[in-house]
Amino acid sequence: MNHWLTTILIVVPFAGALVIALAPLPRYWLGSLATLISLIEIGFWITAASKFSFGDASLQFAQNHPWFRDLGVSYHVGQYAYSLWLVGVTVVVMAACVIYGWWAGRERARAYFALMLLLTSAIVGVFTAQDLLLFYAFFEAMLIPLYILIGVWGGAGRLRATLTFVIYTVVGSLLMLASIVIFGLQQGTFDLTKMGTSSSTWLFLGFVAAFAIKSPLFPFHGWLPETYRESPAEVSAVLSGIISKVGLYGLLRIAIPKFPSVVHDWRVVLLVLASISLLYGSLLAFRAPDLRGVIMYSSLAQSGLIVLGLFAGNDLGFDGAVLQMINHALISTTLFLIAGMIERRTSTGEFSRLGGMARGRPALATLVMTIGIISLAVPLSTSFAGEFLILAGVFQQAWIWAAIGAAAIVLAAMYMLRWISGILHQDPGAAVSDSALDLRVGELAIVVPLVLCLLGLSAWPNLISHRSFGGDHATTTLVQGQGK
Amino acid sequence: MIAKPHIDWFALSPVLALLAASGLLLMVAVFVGRRPRKAVSTFIGFAGFVASFIFAVFLDVKSAHGAAIVHDSMFRDRWAALAQVLIAGAGAVTVLISYSERWRDEHVAEYFALLAAAAAGMSFFVSASNLMTLFLGLEWFSIALYVLSAIDIDLIGSLEAGLKYLIVGSVGSATLLFGSALVYGETGQLSFDKIAAFGHPHDAMLVVGMAMIIVGLAFKSSSAPFHMWTPDAYQGAPTPVTAFMSSATKLAALVVTYRVLVTVFPHDQRLWTAAIAVIAIVSLAWGNIAALVQRNVKRILAYSSVSHAGFMLIAVAAANALGGRALLYYVIPYSAMSLGSFAVVAARERELGVPVTLQNLAGFGWERPFLGVSMWVFMLGFLGFPLTGGFIGKFYVFAAAYDRGWWWLIVAGVIATMISAYYYLGIIRAMYFREGAERQFTAGAVPAPAGGSPSRELLLSAGVAICLVVTVGSFFAVQPLIDVAHSAASALPF
Repeated sequence: MNHWLTTILIVVPFAGALVIALAPLPRYWLGSLATLISLIEIGFWITAASKFSFGDASLQFAQNHPWFRDLGVSYHVGQYAYSLWLVGVTVVVMAACVIYGWWAGRERARAYFALMLLLTSAIVGVFTAQDLLLFYAFFEAMLIPLYILIGVWGGAGRLRATLTFVIYTVVGSLLMLASIVIFGLQQGTFDLTKMGTSSSTWLFLGFVAAFAIKSPLFPFHGWLPETYRESPAEVSAVLSGIISKVGLYGLLRIAIPKFPSVVHDWRVVLLVLASISLLYGSLLAFRAPDLRGVIMYSSLAQSGLIVLGLFAGNDLGFDGAVLQMINHALISTTLFLIAGMIERRTSTGEFSRLGGMARGRPALATLVMTIGIISLAVPLSTSFAGEFLILAGVFQQAWIWAAIGAAAIVLAAMYMLRWISGILHQDPGAAVSDSALDLRVGELAIVVPLVLCLLGLSAWPNLISHRSFGGDHATTTLVQGQGK
Repeated sequence: MIAKPHIDWFALSPVLALLAASGLLLMVAVFVGRRPRKAVSTFIGFAGFVASFIFAVFLDVKSAHGAAIVHDSMFRDRWAALAQVLIAGAGAVTVLISYSERWRDEHVAEYFALLAAAAAGMSFFVSASNLMTLFLGLEWFSIALYVLSAIDIDLIGSLEAGLKYLIVGSVGSATLLFGSALVYGETGQLSFDKIAAFGHPHDAMLVVGMAMIIVGLAFKSSSAPFHMWTPDAYQGAPTPVTAFMSSATKLAALVVTYRVLVTVFPHDQRLWTAAIAVIAIVSLAWGNIAALVQRNVKRILAYSSVSHAGFMLIAVAAANALGGRALLYYVIPYSAMSLGSFAVVAARERELGVPVTLQNLAGFGWERPFLGVSMWVFMLGFLGFPLTGGFIGKFYVFAAAYDRGWWWLIVAGVIATMISAYYYLGIIRAMYFREGAERQFTAGAVPAPAGGSPSRELLLSAGVAICLVVTVGSFFAVQPLIDVAHSAASALPF
């Protein structure tokens, strides 16, 4: 039974998507059915987590069937501890976003919910695929629902936004495809657990291009502004919360362990790019004129920070990076969903027309404050733990990276406080009328669980940071232990 | 007394079934009354293709060891049999798509007769084992297709398409014939094996002959720069005929190209692989870049078919066993996607009564969900996205190029795919992202649909469903298909 768990996690949302798309159900049921399926998915994940042995650094819940033998491609899925956490945050975030879509009453519900569930399935697949070609298949499969979700349910500029988004991602992923074909055929197998390492810079850069575009990392973030502004709020949440983690996961799972010597040579380049993303993203976030602008540029900055941790090349960096990926997924989803809720009330996200919403809206004020404080990495919060680990890790490379990271934390405080006060404080803005009510129970039911997860992690960040690499040292597990 | 060669009737059965259907259909055109004629001829056409399909499957099973038959004029092997299976399948789907096309009633039986004759010619063509039967097969199906392209004279551009195809196609055939003559003149042999046995590398006449044969076949597979007729013919011909041409003709021409080059010219492999690689790259570049600026969906798909010829020629250029497998695998989802996408275009065309453009595709995805989703899948398949066989096909082609050590062909293929994303996704965008209502406000250039809900077109939907199943199924069932392709490819001497 246990070895089926990964497959179940992939298949349940996929089957759900098919049922919703094909079964002749009344429209009214579709949202609740999709919600039910995403909650069932969470249930399966909890089952998986309870059966997972965190002291074991090897692949768990693995299933391996040959797909086509002559090129050594197989359906090989399974989870390491860090993949388990990423899958967990995926199913939680996707459930929140599906419920948000239900609550927001998206038109063309059948297509909408089917695509959201399809997306869930593809993302879980990416995090669990242990075969390079399978990984690529899931990686590309994510793009299909995203393209339609943005293009159909997006804002007025959606046509342009989808075009930019697709051009960037397709270019990246096809470069990766070229790398995958060559790398896999060189090795004679596409199985990640059996593949050796390579010292080819070109192959490495092919992978990094795809992952840096997804994450995104400076200077590959050109698709970010339009896409995040034109997408429906919950799709932006998925993009910045989860899809960006796919890029980072790719670095963690493929680029770093498979190309140790190239990573060694290119470490400084990537650290520089990460630092630029961090500082530049923070500054842009501070200057952004609207709610989504702050969140999306802060997620550019956070990607930079996590890449700093990944390329620190030591246990602290890896542990911190994984913890921060989970943190940021939850934080950024919550921020985008709250932004969406505010936009629905005021039909604008611009700070110049917002403000003063704290008065008479205690639930909103409390939530915005809580999530804002957590995301600016105040001590005792889980993001403080993550950032501290990353900075401590990257400090061992050179003090300058840690100094940049520390400076960025200050900037984070500046832009997040500006975000909070832009919504809550000062006089009510032009777009804020009295008919803009406080958050309703339905909305609280979406956001509060996410915040509770973050508070729980704040109390116990070790849950993730000590349990991501099977009790072993991260560097040994990742770089040397791949053959197990 | 003339010595009669032994004739292997079973090996000829896929061709004969289609010929029989064709003859029967001509009878139907004369003897069956007007009212039942459409239904009867559709049924006979479909039955002929299904019979041919079944015979070809049996032939594939029972031809594990390749042999030359009928006095060395034809091959009986799995390479040919598999191609015959696919041609018959493509033909059967074409019949389903054609059913509710707006023919003048008196042409309907002749139409199916020509379709069956064209497919019979292709089935013959793919099993040719000497230069004579090769040319015979080529002309056989070409002439049928010239007439088919022009059959709907009332349709604007149909006659023009037929004429263009006839003139350009004849140049191709003539080139092939000239090349064959040169090869025969140098070697004194017609049969593929004997020419190969005679030849030695860099024989000038042979090389010129080979080049002309490559060009002649490239006209038929519409690879750039020999594709000039393709956009016009594909656009002007009745859409089901276009669907058939883009799938069956292309696959037959490519399969034969590979066989001829590998069996007849093994000594000049270095030359022809380079030539094919160049044609492949030109096709990829030309097809994809030209498709970017088209507005007519049939023209977009025509240029896309040029670019796919480029992809398949990468497999040919690899000239190894993996390349053979890659080509045979690739044509399966490719034919399905090609047939299916033209079928969807045909449905929209019948609904609107005007040529389908990106503009008047707006809202189609929401109005006809099944056809919309199918078109979506076909476009993603062309693009090489997962959950379609197009993904695996591209992967195999790249693997074959890598196996030969030509990684730059992979790079060319990858860049071509990037470019193609623009117009394939553009079609999806046109179908889903713009509302149907928006269409009516834009410029008023598009006449409103005839009114009422579109006819359900069960047969066309069934054809599209078959294509959809093949496109998606070939993604999951890679191993069985590759096994089939593997045993077919082992009929060729690598």
